[in-house]
Amino acid sequence: MIEAGLKNELQKQGVYVTTLEDLYNWGRANSVWPLTFGLACCAIEMMAASMARFDLARFGAEVFRPSPRQADLMIVAGTVTKKMAPLVVRIYNQMPEPKYVIAMGACAISGGPFKQGYNVLKGVDRYLPVDVAIPGCPPRPEALIHAIMTLQEKILNQKLTGPDRARHLNADVPGEFLVPAYGKQDLEPSKNTEVWQPPAIQR
Amino acid sequence: METPEQIKARLEAALPSAKIDVVTNDCAAGERSLLVDAASGLAVARFLRDDAQLKLDYCSNVTGIDWPDKELTEKIKVKQIVDGVEKEVEEVKKTLRPGFLEVVYHLYSMELKHGPVVLRLRTGNRADQTHVPSLTPLWRGAEFQEREVYDLYGVMFDGHPDLRRILMWDEFEGFPMRRDYIAPDDFEYEPTPHDEVLEAAKKHYPTEVKA
Repeated sequence: MIEAGLKNELQKQGVYVTTLEDLYNWGRANSVWPLTFGLACCAIEMMAASMARFDLARFGAEVFRPSPRQADLMIVAGTVTKKMAPLVVRIYNQMPEPKYVIAMGACAISGGPFKQGYNVLKGVDRYLPVDVAIPGCPPRPEALIHAIMTLQEKILNQKLTGPDRARHLNADVPGEFLVPAYGKQDLEPSKNTEVWQPPAIQR
Repeated sequence: METPEQIKARLEAALPSAKIDVVTNDCAAGERSLLVDAASGLAVARFLRDDAQLKLDYCSNVTGIDWPDKELTEKIKVKQIVDGVEKEVEEVKKTLRPGFLEVVYHLYSMELKHGPVVLRLRTGNRADQTHVPSLTPLWRGAEFQEREVYDLYGVMFDGHPDLRRILMWDEFEGFPMRRDYIAPDDFEYEPTPHDEVLEAAKKHYPTEVKA
């Protein structure tokens, strides 16, 4: 590894030194292709973020793909109902690695105002590994842009080798997740315990 | 447009077998509606649609209502002999009104630019006699809304072309908008529980904060 100070000095002299890891991550971080996929009102803000006023293209994430096969990022924008949850997981499973998930808005994080309802999932993290969560109801386009920048930072810091390497480079880590089945009252299972464990309550 | 009473009078003249009531409404708008027995519901609806003076060609809304069993109390004055003297005594009479399901249609006329006429159909009870005629053959736009009423209240629409659940999944059991529906207990941690949520939280973990 090259020292940061030496790298800086060399750059001042017009010599650019980098690592393969940095170059690889830099390339990926600046071409995150999200999936065109909206569930509720948060999707309206997602559309606004990608249009002229907020211009998501400045961060290399404007190529919204209509097919999960071409997408890197799933923005879960809106309320995930129990009826929709298996389809969301199936679409995620259809995405090729490396893939990331942003939970956008209160509903996708926790069920939001519908949390006590009989028909709404209490957070998409029950079934999917969420990388970035954006609070808000709905979050402003700036918040979505901030989430994408946070995700880019996360991508830039991923390792290519070693035990803590990125998920898509580790064959032991699953790339597909359990698709819940429709039950008589709730989804079966109601949560994927491999992805999500209820937090311990301390009183 | 005609008042509900006028419509009722003309309906009774045209369809003598139909049982029609005008339901009053105590609220500020005071909108009255026509209560029709389920058996003649389709014939009455067809009359409302095809009648030259009404021409209610547009069904804007279909809603369901669940009316559970209700105890009605009535005060009646009864003459009683108390200590040899006849007196008028008030007595409370309690009657049980069995529950039923109700479907409400809001009908407008696009051609004559009037409405709404509110049409109500009631089922016999909430358990086994939950059938009402479907009005989808008359107003095609009622199809999805009748499916929704079936999905959430369990009203069976006879003559509906495709009566299946629309919001809940096919395997779902029960009708969630009924008053006596009990949702599955899948309570999870709430940071600031209150009211019903607090009651639910108490069943799952101690909610008292230790000082």
